[in-house]
Amino acid sequence: MNPVLPTIIKKEFIHIWRDPQTLVIILLMPLMMLILYGYAITLEMKQIRTAVVDLDKTPQSREFIEKIISTGFFHVTRVDVPYRQIEDIFFRSQARCVIVIPDNFAEKLAGDSSTPVQLVVDASDPNAANFINNYMARINVGFNLQHGAGNGGIFSVEARLLYNPDLLSAYFFVPGLVAVIILLSSALLTSIAIVREIEFGTMEQILVSPVRPNQIIIGKIVPYLVLSFLDGVLILFFAHLWFHVPVYGSLLLLGFSLFVYILTGLCFGVLISTVARSQQVAMMAVMVITILPSFMLSGFIFPVRSMPHILREISVIVPATHFLRIIRGIMLKGTGIFQLLPELGILTAFSILLIAISIRKFHTKLE
Amino acid sequence: MKPIVTMTFPVSIQNLKKSYAAVPAVQNVSIQVQKGEIYGLIGPDGAGKTTIIRILVSLLDADGGEVLFMGRNVSQNVRYVRSNIGYMPQRFSLYRDLSVRQNLRFFGDLFHVPRHIQEQRLKALYDFSKLGPFQNRLAGALSGGMKQKLALSCMLMHEPDVIVLDEPTFGVDPVSRAEFWDILKMLASNGKCLLVSTAYMDEAYLCHRIGLLDKGRLLAQNKPQVLIERFDFPLYRIRSEQPHKIYTQLKATYFEKHIQLFGDGVYFIDRDKSGSAAIRRRLADLNITYDKFEPVKPTLENLFLELMI
Repeated sequence: MNPVLPTIIKKEFIHIWRDPQTLVIILLMPLMMLILYGYAITLEMKQIRTAVVDLDKTPQSREFIEKIISTGFFHVTRVDVPYRQIEDIFFRSQARCVIVIPDNFAEKLAGDSSTPVQLVVDASDPNAANFINNYMARINVGFNLQHGAGNGGIFSVEARLLYNPDLLSAYFFVPGLVAVIILLSSALLTSIAIVREIEFGTMEQILVSPVRPNQIIIGKIVPYLVLSFLDGVLILFFAHLWFHVPVYGSLLLLGFSLFVYILTGLCFGVLISTVARSQQVAMMAVMVITILPSFMLSGFIFPVRSMPHILREISVIVPATHFLRIIRGIMLKGTGIFQLLPELGILTAFSILLIAISIRKFHTKLE
Repeated sequence: MKPIVTMTFPVSIQNLKKSYAAVPAVQNVSIQVQKGEIYGLIGPDGAGKTTIIRILVSLLDADGGEVLFMGRNVSQNVRYVRSNIGYMPQRFSLYRDLSVRQNLRFFGDLFHVPRHIQEQRLKALYDFSKLGPFQNRLAGALSGGMKQKLALSCMLMHEPDVIVLDEPTFGVDPVSRAEFWDILKMLASNGKCLLVSTAYMDEAYLCHRIGLLDKGRLLAQNKPQVLIERFDFPLYRIRSEQPHKIYTQLKATYFEKHIQLFGDGVYFIDRDKSGSAAIRRRLADLNITYDKFEPVKPTLENLFLELMI
């Protein structure tokens, strides 16, 4: 093996070791991001402000209201609002939905005919409206079953929710967050690696030596691979313990995938570093290029399949897209290596391509 | 003829041209440096010293001319040049967060110097640089003079035959500068070929040969003593506490082309060989007061300013 490469790697490790403040930031910043975003980004809704209009005022209607409140989804803020004021309530954001129980509720419940209950939802937030609708439907089913209704139906759909039976959004979002944070933090690390040496003037010195661009570039990646991997493990560990995201698949496979993904991030950072003119430019470029596509196009929040064609094509070149499939697969479903080979292959191909471009783009002259 | 020339001169630059955008930085510069010789590139900032040096060490491409290192064309033998030349950039370019020893070992490894030889060289380098007691200190914590000695030592780890130094003593205290030049002289006496750039005129006398460089042009080159002899006008110093005042007064007169401003007075070049008495009379006519009027021997600075016109 070339003795120059270990020397450069050793030198990079010394740089990291001699700067403990940066080391702490490197290790803790991603964790902080996970915690902050982990709480901020959630689609789960609790305590939805609700207005109830009970026109029936019978034990049955009160029981129905009790049922609604007891779930914890709805928080009744207004009672018996005049019908005309419903819109006003929405305008003032005093409630997101209004449940109107008709005056013949108890009567109809006892009878054979169906029992209509009106649900008026503020759908200016369609996602929220959808949730409210779904929650309400589930409550209805439960209530109907209790009251012996529902046997009138011809068939009923019994959904069995696999992998995330409680539909916890943390299961969905935390792995996504992990994907974004790891890509960002690993790319940031190497993005300044080469441009920093140019700014400090040390590049001018080491260029006049037998060293080759590939040695400089690989020598920069290896130490940060170790560091980022430790960081990635820390983040996953935290996601598991703090946000209770399960890991059904193989830990070894998870570790391996993490390694492959981090390598992609580091290679991307190196490429930025070889073309950027200053450290600030490099860091800004990394933030813009990693964060936005990883959030918007990777399937982190919006499913890739429902994107317009052109965006779907773009999502293919977003590394987070592939790692998201991998990490959600391994953690939530226990997917094995063979099902994930395409994603792992693409990430590996990205790394090789990025390194190759970096080596070619590397300036061996000062102009 | 050419092969003979290139065999004798480890560094041979012929008609070098280089421009940045449309601005010429180096124009038709030819320099040759022998073994055992210290060649000084002397000139103010922006004269083109760094450009010439960077082209020689293959960090920049020339626009025209021929640059040979050990008889090989630099632009076609980049790797050979970089593996064998010793280069010390103008800016301190070592790793500040590595210790003295770690820096030296790093450059030893970078140039494929075997470990046991590195140990021997470390000892020798510590001896003359006196860096031994500081070997575990971080390079960034060294004084300016010691930093430069460390940079020189790092570059000597692979024992290059050709050593190129870009303003190595810039911003270094006089004592450390003298020590540094002692090392350079020792290297030359060991048969190394040295090309040194400097803006300090006093260092020019320490070189075997110098080239006076201004605005990308080589004004003259030869041994410092020989060059000074080219200054064949009588030279007088008008001593004064306020040389600038006298300079401004004279500049407005017929004598504009005859005077040079220095810290200890205004130097008067007697181009017309009119003699000291005549000059003193004319100074009196102009109502110029001064402390002393005396004939002096020209220095390289006088020559340089004269050539710059």
